[in-house]
Amino acid sequence: MAEHADDRPRGPLAELTLARVRELTREPEAIFWVFVFPILLAAILALAFRSRPPEALPVAVAAGPRGEGRLAALSAQADLKPRLLAEAEARQALARGQVVLVVSGDDPPTYAYDPTQPDSRAARLAVDAALQRAAGRLDAFTPGHAEQTEPGTRYVDFLVPGLLGMNLMGTGMWGIGFSLVLARQGNLLKRLVASPVRRSHILGAQLLSRLIFLVPEAGALLLFASLALGVPVRGSLLLLVGVSVLGALAFSGLGLLTAARPRTIEGASGIMNLIMVPMWIFSGIFFSTDRFPHAMQPFVQALPLTALNNSLRAVMLEGAHLGPLLPALALLAAWGVISFVVALKVFRWQ
Amino acid sequence: MALPSPTAQSALRCRALVKRYGDVLAVAGLDLEVARGECFGMLGPNGAGKTTAVEIFEGLREPDAGEVEVLGDRWRGDGLPLRRRLGIQLQETKFPDKLRVREVLSLFRSFYPRGLTVAEAMTLVGLEEKADAQVRPLSGGQKQRLSLACALIGDPELLFLDEPTTGLDPQSRRQTWEIVEGLMARGRTVLLTTHYMEEAERLCDRVAILDHGKVIALGTPRELVASLGAEHVVEFTVDEGASRALTAEVLAALPSVEGVAREGARWRLTVREVHRAVPALLGVLAERGTAPTELTTHDASLEDVFMALTGRRLRDG
Repeated sequence: MAEHADDRPRGPLAELTLARVRELTREPEAIFWVFVFPILLAAILALAFRSRPPEALPVAVAAGPRGEGRLAALSAQADLKPRLLAEAEARQALARGQVVLVVSGDDPPTYAYDPTQPDSRAARLAVDAALQRAAGRLDAFTPGHAEQTEPGTRYVDFLVPGLLGMNLMGTGMWGIGFSLVLARQGNLLKRLVASPVRRSHILGAQLLSRLIFLVPEAGALLLFASLALGVPVRGSLLLLVGVSVLGALAFSGLGLLTAARPRTIEGASGIMNLIMVPMWIFSGIFFSTDRFPHAMQPFVQALPLTALNNSLRAVMLEGAHLGPLLPALALLAAWGVISFVVALKVFRWQ
Repeated sequence: MALPSPTAQSALRCRALVKRYGDVLAVAGLDLEVARGECFGMLGPNGAGKTTAVEIFEGLREPDAGEVEVLGDRWRGDGLPLRRRLGIQLQETKFPDKLRVREVLSLFRSFYPRGLTVAEAMTLVGLEEKADAQVRPLSGGQKQRLSLACALIGDPELLFLDEPTTGLDPQSRRQTWEIVEGLMARGRTVLLTTHYMEEAERLCDRVAILDHGKVIALGTPRELVASLGAEHVVEFTVDEGASRALTAEVLAALPSVEGVAREGARWRLTVREVHRAVPALLGVLAERGTAPTELTTHDASLEDVFMALTGRRLRDG
């Protein structure tokens, strides 16, 4: 019987890749986690940390002979919201966090506040300045004010590259790891190995399908961030794509490594969480890695997601060129290559 | 045309095959030869080493000792040239739920340089109507036929079927048998494992009965049954007191009885002629003041051969 034109149009690598792409596109959960979730997260966090006019700081003035006068002086300040309370009540309000500073009733007054709270410290400066001025102190000069709230320095600008990195890690590891462990569990890997197909094609198809999905996945998040949130891409778009591809491949390598041995999804999940949870915390997705103590920095900076996030931020926010990124990219590539090599050595095919 | 050489005649040969898992000897010195165009059955209970042996033949496991020759070739390297000539159905394969039948077959077709078309493979196993259905909603029998189609799509010279009908309903089982019979009619070689004696009796030209990793009997189903020396089996049960009073010698002396076996209160006689043995048996029981609480007779089968050789049943129930 003559073969139909569409019966054998593709080679094994193309067919294996296509099978993987078909599987993923027919899985509503996968679509949600890969495409919708990062956008949703970016939108929610942008809303929560949106730039807004600074709120007036609530402070209390203890009742006393000079209480009314102090209240009037503080009420004239736009960044303070004072109220007059009995001394004991004022202390209670401070303890409950309802006010950030209490001006005592005696003369000269005592400021009660928590110096570890930025709001308390700010209130102390503002309250002191206002009361001193009311008492007759003169300003030596009047400074100008330049407020910085343009795109590129907001929290959401910091956040989006981190979310992109997090997503590349998650989809690389879950996408590759789960599908391989499921295939092993259901004897499909063994059945493929029993067929005349190269093992490199079986694993290569996993990587190819990852790269195919990278395009809509990273594209959707960046497009949303750019159009809806005004997040800038200051560096070369080509470099951004290159960094993303390298990141996707490095985490595919790690995904392959985590999936190299486990026979069950439960086993694989445990290993994946063990690898991913530290990076969620230490790799600067939601806050800067500078927050960790100096002694921890060698560990923090050696993580592949730290390298990816730093590189993505440098390209998007600082407009960095390839040169300064090379050490981080080399680290990322090393993670990927070493994972691949080890995974191939220890891979359990049946 | 010149006569084919002995090697070309045999589809599979193994000598002194051994495979250990820790302390367990799964395959304990197996010698087999399967001729081309033959349907060869490996019959045995669970744990007899059938699957291990087949997976060694398929190049999926390395034997600890012994030699295997498949289609005149040996397993080496990735074995791709040899794999292109084999069809393999594992005991159970879970294909991706979300792929359609047509897509699974087209995937497996892409591995072979020649073979059936996807449409031909679907027709062969009767899945044409399910071409665009996803794997998930298929019935157990349909999934098994899809797995069979994947094994057939490279138009293999030698087909391995590992328990192809285990867990299937009787109708799906018969469908599978018909597909295999169709292949045999086209001159293909099939090696199948099973623990269903009726499957081996219906499909196989020759059967090797395996137990504890060794061949304990080999021959055509007819030869094996004939080796019992009697064509019928009488099974009966008497209450325990009466069972103790009976001896194998008394029963063996009954007319036409060739063999006696006992499992607790249950006795099995292999007999040449049921109509002579049963009245004599009832007479012996009556002399001892008892009667059977149960008595059945059937034609001797491979199951009876297995029981005669091992004293155990192939499977429970």
